[in-house]
Amino acid sequence: MDLENQARIKELAEKLGPENLVVILGGAEAEASGLAAETVSNGDPTFAGPLAGVSLGLPAYHIFEDAIKNLVDPQVYDDQVSMMEMVLDVDEIIKEVSTYREQYAKF
Amino acid sequence: MNYPVIKGTAYALVHAPNLLLVQGSTQNMERAKNPYSEYLRKLPQHLRSFSEVVNYPPNQAYIGNLLPDELNNIAKPWYENPVQGDSQGKYGEIMDEALFYALLKISDAFDLVMLEKSFTEELKERIASHPLFAHQADLLKEGYGLEDIEMRIQDHKAEELHFDGKLVGCVKRAHDWDVNLNAHVMLENLVVKASGVLALKNLIAKNDLAPEEIEYIIECSEEACGDINQRGGGNFAKAIGEVCGCVNATGSDLRGFCAAPAHALVQAAALVQAGVYKNVAVVAGGATAKLGMNGKDHVGKGMPVLEDMLGAFAVLISENDGVNPVIRTDIVGRHNIGRGSAPQAVMEALVTDPLDRAGLKITDVDKYSVEMQNPEITVPAGAGDVPNANYKMIAALGVKRGDIERQQLGDFVAEHGMPGFAPTQGHIPSGAPFIGYARDLMLEGKMKRMMVVGKGSLFLGRMTNLFDGVSFVIEANSGESAAGAVDTDAVKKVVAAAMRAVAERLMEEE
Repeated sequence: MDLENQARIKELAEKLGPENLVVILGGAEAEASGLAAETVSNGDPTFAGPLAGVSLGLPAYHIFEDAIKNLVDPQVYDDQVSMMEMVLDVDEIIKEVSTYREQYAKF
Repeated sequence: MNYPVIKGTAYALVHAPNLLLVQGSTQNMERAKNPYSEYLRKLPQHLRSFSEVVNYPPNQAYIGNLLPDELNNIAKPWYENPVQGDSQGKYGEIMDEALFYALLKISDAFDLVMLEKSFTEELKERIASHPLFAHQADLLKEGYGLEDIEMRIQDHKAEELHFDGKLVGCVKRAHDWDVNLNAHVMLENLVVKASGVLALKNLIAKNDLAPEEIEYIIECSEEACGDINQRGGGNFAKAIGEVCGCVNATGSDLRGFCAAPAHALVQAAALVQAGVYKNVAVVAGGATAKLGMNGKDHVGKGMPVLEDMLGAFAVLISENDGVNPVIRTDIVGRHNIGRGSAPQAVMEALVTDPLDRAGLKITDVDKYSVEMQNPEITVPAGAGDVPNANYKMIAALGVKRGDIERQQLGDFVAEHGMPGFAPTQGHIPSGAPFIGYARDLMLEGKMKRMMVVGKGSLFLGRMTNLFDGVSFVIEANSGESAAGAVDTDAVKKVVAAAMRAVAERLMEEE
């Protein structure tokens, strides 16, 4: 996960409290999305960024997951996301992200 | 409309394993952070030989010897299934690193490149038999003693040039304190210039052009040359043109990350169509920083480090000759500032908006040349198959618009797409790599229309989070322009005759 994004999320968690934060991912690939979900919950597994060894426990969802998708105006979703839903391996991405969320999210 | 034409193309590669080790940004950062890392230790064992890169199928596709679609018939991984390659291609060539050092020296206007004496002698012999550079062999000069080179490296922070496990030269800094003229930047910029020269020279030679005919050059790579007071002052374009004998040209550098070539081609087309210049060359040199960019993933997965190639290309845009394929300057897509950066918005702006304006369906375009990164490089690094993702996005847009049925998505990708075959050099894979093949296929009457789609990630420069992209359509020449000129003359004659007849009648009536 991008080091700058790690720094931003760490800062937001400190400022707002991790219990008040949910991370929404838009990654195009299952492995990278899973890595991001792991990084914001259990810490940076590559030990390269600000979240190395920092377990924020944040729950991460992918925009494709119903829990998030159902919160979005259907027209906006259709305009911004529906094309990618046809293109990407949605099931694999959701499986990967939810696995890390269920394992490491504390909130 | 009298559209400009694609008069010629050239594509060149340089095998650069030693530059990868010394100059690649991933390796540089690793050396700074963890100089004794396992990655740096293992990396040399994963480098390829020159014959391996020549026989590597995607490289043969890039220089014009293997139609990209034919890669579908070669088993993967391609690095384990070599073809009988040739360093000379229909559109250009693959140059080895030693000869490229000679080209660095030939391109060096400020005596910054120091090559060792005996190495220089070897290069002189080799360059003398290179058809494009033989006449410039004297520019290699006499060479320097190894002690002199070592002193420059130790005391003046010159960048090392290695070959075959030996130190063979260095590139000096161009100023003691100016960070924009330090040895690292100078080598990076000289590589852009020299590889740009390789592409432009091939463009001129392979298309029987005279360098004097080129009136303007647009250089569209991703580096910046200038000093501490003007970091991107320029001008690679003119510097490259000078080495290639384009004495009647001026030029300028255009930057737009990976989208720069598409921007440059549209601007070149506009300059020609407007009649400002008759022949405009768009040229791009390669990027040393990106050598071995995903090396950690490649080494970690036990593969050869495939990002060992510098890429370069050149395209000549000229006035309509009634023969060569035209750039449809009325079918241009642009990702406008207010559009938003969601992939869907980007693809609509670049693909369907311009086609809609021209009354075309996505299936009316035979082939799309998108971001043509070689998937064998990007997939192991977790970045996916980039061209394939682009084709799927175009197909998905087609499904949403009703151009194709959902179950035809896969067929569309196979028919209107192609496997990625270009090195991951940022601007190099972006839209431009297929123009050479498209031109030939159109000249042979085997293709009617293709679209070039260039996209760029502007956030990397930390000035904006906006995405960017430009697209345009290339079409087989209908020949109407040449015929049209004749028709105009004929019409003028008919009108003149009619006017004379009217005048005579009026006079008779008087």
